[in-house]
Amino acid sequence: MSPKLTIAYEAGSAPAAPTDSDDRIDALFAVAETRQRKTRRVVSALLRSLVYLGALITTAVLLFIVGYILVNGVPYLTPSLFAWEYTSDNVSLMPALVNTLLMAALSLALAVPVGVGSAIYLVEYAPRGSRFVQIVRTTTETLQGIPSIIYGLFGMLFFVTALHWNLSLMAGACTLAIMVLPVVMRTTEEALIAVPDAYREGGFGLGAGRLRTVFRCVLPSAVPGILGGVILALGRCVGEVAALIFTAGSIAQIPNFLEQGGMALFDSTRTLAVHMYVLASEGLHVNETYATAVVLLVMVVLLNLLATFAAKKMSKGNQDD
Amino acid sequence: MSHPHIKEGIAKALFVGAAGISIIAVALICVFLFANGVPAIAQIGLPEFLFGTTWRPANDIYGIFPMIIGSIYVTGGAIVVGVPTGLLCAIFLSRFASGKIAAVLKPGVELLAGIPSVVYGFFGLVLIVPFIRANMPGNGLSLLAAAVLLGIMILPTIITVAQSALDAVPKKYYEGALALGADHERSVFRVIVPAATSGIMAGVVLGVGRAIGETMAVIMVAGNQPLIPESIFNGVRTMTANIVLEMGYAADLHRGALVATGVVLFVFILLITMLFNVIKKRGEMK
Repeated sequence: MSPKLTIAYEAGSAPAAPTDSDDRIDALFAVAETRQRKTRRVVSALLRSLVYLGALITTAVLLFIVGYILVNGVPYLTPSLFAWEYTSDNVSLMPALVNTLLMAALSLALAVPVGVGSAIYLVEYAPRGSRFVQIVRTTTETLQGIPSIIYGLFGMLFFVTALHWNLSLMAGACTLAIMVLPVVMRTTEEALIAVPDAYREGGFGLGAGRLRTVFRCVLPSAVPGILGGVILALGRCVGEVAALIFTAGSIAQIPNFLEQGGMALFDSTRTLAVHMYVLASEGLHVNETYATAVVLLVMVVLLNLLATFAAKKMSKGNQDD
Repeated sequence: MSHPHIKEGIAKALFVGAAGISIIAVALICVFLFANGVPAIAQIGLPEFLFGTTWRPANDIYGIFPMIIGSIYVTGGAIVVGVPTGLLCAIFLSRFASGKIAAVLKPGVELLAGIPSVVYGFFGLVLIVPFIRANMPGNGLSLLAAAVLLGIMILPTIITVAQSALDAVPKKYYEGALALGADHERSVFRVIVPAATSGIMAGVVLGVGRAIGETMAVIMVAGNQPLIPESIFNGVRTMTANIVLEMGYAADLHRGALVATGVVLFVFILLITMLFNVIKKRGEMK
């Protein structure tokens, strides 16, 4: 291709400028430039298609995972799967589902007050750049990076063994509470920081103390953001396995609060995610495992929608200010 | 002291106490892990424990070198799979996608982050593993399966962090590149991406942390043989898998050795967190 092109060019330009070498050089430059422009255009198109490919793969993976689980699982969502009593025949997920709700509620009840409280301290009370604040931030970041299996190990060594709680709902919930604490803390912190200072000044200006200002002026407008964090934490509780198998165990029964009262908190329980892990590793009830995965997925999707909704509300609320 | 002052004082004390709980938690985690793990390491011997290539609890031989290598291989594989895709997707979301497409894809990425790891693991078990078994050597439960699955699992982490880094690049960088005659793609890849490098690296490090700590999904697809894999089609056991697989029935020194595996993992994670902070700080200083 290129020798021919050169000849054509020389043949074309030869009569026009046989002697003027400047023109020839200009023309050569022009050719080189068009070529460069062409390669640039090709490179750009290539880069663009790579970027689109990356987005496409991500979308495809998501749709494929969700679609595959739904298609294989939905037909097996039978009433017996939701029976109140678990047997090794019906592998009912109902006890596990109830346990999941209990476990999540309990761990959030522990983590949310602590998380919100410490965020309030960090944002509203702490003097800037204090040593204590720095340590709290470092430890929070450390907590956030610790994998769930380490939490599981710790829970086993501390709550189960050292405190003699045995494998129990309570030990699992405490472990999860520590695990989601940084999530609640961080989102609450961000939500509080986003509240305009005018709110605080307004509160102080009306003669309210710090406590009243925080609870009456600052917290209400930070609620959607805090809720977003709580939902995120809830999602982690629902999906957690590694932190629970050695702290809460895998007994597929709802703790009997009616007969045992508060002591039922120290019964071993199996949450839905743990239930699914047990089913999947036994490999005997593949269809029911798919169905259990569907229930888990639906819960997670619903929580995600809620969190997105809360985030939207938060940003809208701040725009109104 | 008047009544409101007491209330304020109590409230402040409560808030300080709440903030202190995370410090107490980290301290407790360290104390309990180290107190239970370090004696076992001392009894086995640190070099034998870290660099021993044989793990045979029945004979009281505890070398976790294959598991350390396993964790590193699996994490490396996840990076190879996840980082290019995630980065490209982040660039798409930040600089290419129209508002409508981004509005759909962004929640999708968040959903990907929300899917529990057992569901990922099960998906890998019923789809990725049989696919590898049918088309490649080995029985499918392999390093490759774990790497692909983990690569998918760290996608949302990398996308989210990289995207916020890309979004934070000042508009004038892009405009300057355009004014110099670069087209859109060139401006993005030669100016914006380099400007966001430290943020992107932070995302990668975060992804490494997630991958190395992932447990349930890896157990379900990796085969879990405590041997150093010779090819990507061999099975592999990570440190996390080692703990979960044997903790249920371990006693005495075996149990101590498993907790010590957790200690090694914990040290890895601490190093990664420190690296993450260094990168973040350097990014902020710029």
